[in-house]
Amino acid sequence: MAEMRYREALNQALAEELERDPNVYLMGQDISVFGGAFKVTEGLMDRFGEKRIRDTPISENTIVGIGVGSAMTGLRPVIELMTINFSLLALDQIINHAAHVRYMFGGQVSVPLVVRMPQGAGHQLGPTHSHSFEALYLHVPGLLVAVPSTAADAKGLLKTAIRDDNPVIFIEHETLYGQRGEVPDDPDFTVPFGLAAIRREGIDVTIIGISRMAQTAERAAEQLAAEHGIEAEVIDPRTLRPLDLDTILESVAKTNRCVIVEEGWPHGGVGANLAALIQEQGFDDLDAPVGRVTGVDAPMPYAKSLEQISFPHEQQVIEATLALFGERKRASRG
Amino acid sequence: MTENQLPAPEVSLDWLKSMTLIRRFEERAGEQYTRAKIGGFLHLAIGEEATIVGAVAALRPTDYMIATYRSHGQALARGSEPGRVMAELFGRVDGLCRGRGGSMHMFDLERRFMGGFGIVGGNLPLAAGFGLTSDYLGNEDATLCQFGDGASNQGTFGETLNLAALWSLPVVFMVTNNQFGMGTSLERHSAQTNLQIKGEGFGVPGLECDGMDVVDTWSVTKEAMRIAREERQPVLVEALNYRFRGHSIADPEDYRTEEEVLAWSKRDPLVTFADRLTAEGILNDEQREAIDLQATETVDAAVAFADASPEPEPSSLYDDVYVLSDQVRGWYSADHRGAGVQKGEDLS
Repeated sequence: MAEMRYREALNQALAEELERDPNVYLMGQDISVFGGAFKVTEGLMDRFGEKRIRDTPISENTIVGIGVGSAMTGLRPVIELMTINFSLLALDQIINHAAHVRYMFGGQVSVPLVVRMPQGAGHQLGPTHSHSFEALYLHVPGLLVAVPSTAADAKGLLKTAIRDDNPVIFIEHETLYGQRGEVPDDPDFTVPFGLAAIRREGIDVTIIGISRMAQTAERAAEQLAAEHGIEAEVIDPRTLRPLDLDTILESVAKTNRCVIVEEGWPHGGVGANLAALIQEQGFDDLDAPVGRVTGVDAPMPYAKSLEQISFPHEQQVIEATLALFGERKRASRG
Repeated sequence: MTENQLPAPEVSLDWLKSMTLIRRFEERAGEQYTRAKIGGFLHLAIGEEATIVGAVAALRPTDYMIATYRSHGQALARGSEPGRVMAELFGRVDGLCRGRGGSMHMFDLERRFMGGFGIVGGNLPLAAGFGLTSDYLGNEDATLCQFGDGASNQGTFGETLNLAALWSLPVVFMVTNNQFGMGTSLERHSAQTNLQIKGEGFGVPGLECDGMDVVDTWSVTKEAMRIAREERQPVLVEALNYRFRGHSIADPEDYRTEEEVLAWSKRDPLVTFADRLTAEGILNDEQREAIDLQATETVDAAVAFADASPEPEPSSLYDDVYVLSDQVRGWYSADHRGAGVQKGEDLS
């Protein structure tokens, strides 16, 4: 194990895959000479050259489309969009083309493409630079969606994404880039898609955290144990497509309660989707309605005082969890 | 315009056969549509045969060709089996895309016909992607990308031409100017109506060809492909042509006059080319009739083949949504999950 930052883990994954497969190449705005807006690709141009680490103009839709075309004809592009906000400009190529080309042409081609991009609020960047869009991409059949929340997962999932033959939406988090974590040394270390991580074991409630919110959920769980005597099991799905629903349902069967925490908007969100799946398939296991903690139903404001109350923190997770226990649990503590 | 010299007689006759096949195929497709054998939209290429056949004739078999939602003709010209094209229109399992794509989404990888695409302008970035692959692998393949005059107003037009020129990609962009973006005439949708110069500001020089003349289209496209392939310089070719039918079958054509259609129909690419071959002693009336008859018979067989082909099994609905592998073992969709083995999970 080596300790490194999330961004360094991503950089290592890219370098190892570039080394392993000559058809892997990187493309994006300011990823080469500049080293990436968040320095994820730093040093790669010196090592692999401009042919494989390609700076692009600011043309998101066309960058993704070139990736799709080159993937259809044998290359394995890894595209960096500077942030997930800008991926809205590329929705036609991501949805109509990357996700659908294989299906609509009867399986004649595949699109081994990775689109990497960070999301998330907390840097006072206002309405157009603070989105969380995992729910948007989760919606689309044909795409795989990864949401790593640790350095090890960032590396292991990215390597899997690059080796997979499907288009992968790889959602990083701006706040996590500088965070350190233990990462296995083994150069063949990968993390499979569709395998959730149980971050904390518990018997009283299942808390599912998406992307950065897996960490928020973990911290909330520690407080719930210390201050309320509630032992929460914290699950990080790590990939939303494919989704490890089995691990979630097994946990809910044990705890009989569930709270889902995400940074994005509530309507049509990941939590809405998971809550539907859990009630459809685990209804008899539930002792309370599935709880959701989400970003607020408004664009992201600039003012720090407003921004900080616009996405979930530990306190909201704790309150949503306590609400599932009603008076009974509180009374039993008395 | 100085008339181009004809290629070898057998090549000329092949082109005439190919154009005739497209014409008869499209006429039959229109007829089958009215009989409800074909669903959705149906965009016919009647009138545009010279642009298709001339352009395809300028390609090597290893070159990539990519087109629009009006793409039956491109598939046929590239050599796809007419029966499989018709079966795709009928939504049958033997269709080129197993009934997943339909009229707007033909595709034949084996012949490097890289697709018809339903989103106007959506195919341009993909063409640059094919060009990037050729460049990356260091081979001599080049790409021809056809799109309509309407697509020249999309953001992808400027974005892609800029990138193709910036990266010296071997791609020829061919805007088939059939005078209308659906029902909006060129002068009502593009401030610059001389489309061949629309790429100059992006570093993509333009050429023009008479899209009603198969020889001229071939000659200009061939030169454009040479420039793209050898000089690594993308080129924009404007092919001037006219579609004789509406935008799609469901088009009342209120936006143009009968006189205009009649004037263009005098330049019917099929008739003018056959007349020229006759005048130059390559084609006699008997052969001319035989070519037509052969095309009709091929189309008859295509319809029979499509009719005989089964409809896709409901159990195949989820095929090819994903490449199934160790990572994506099964189907995780909410509506498909049950107690049993999931789609693709049984790998035995």
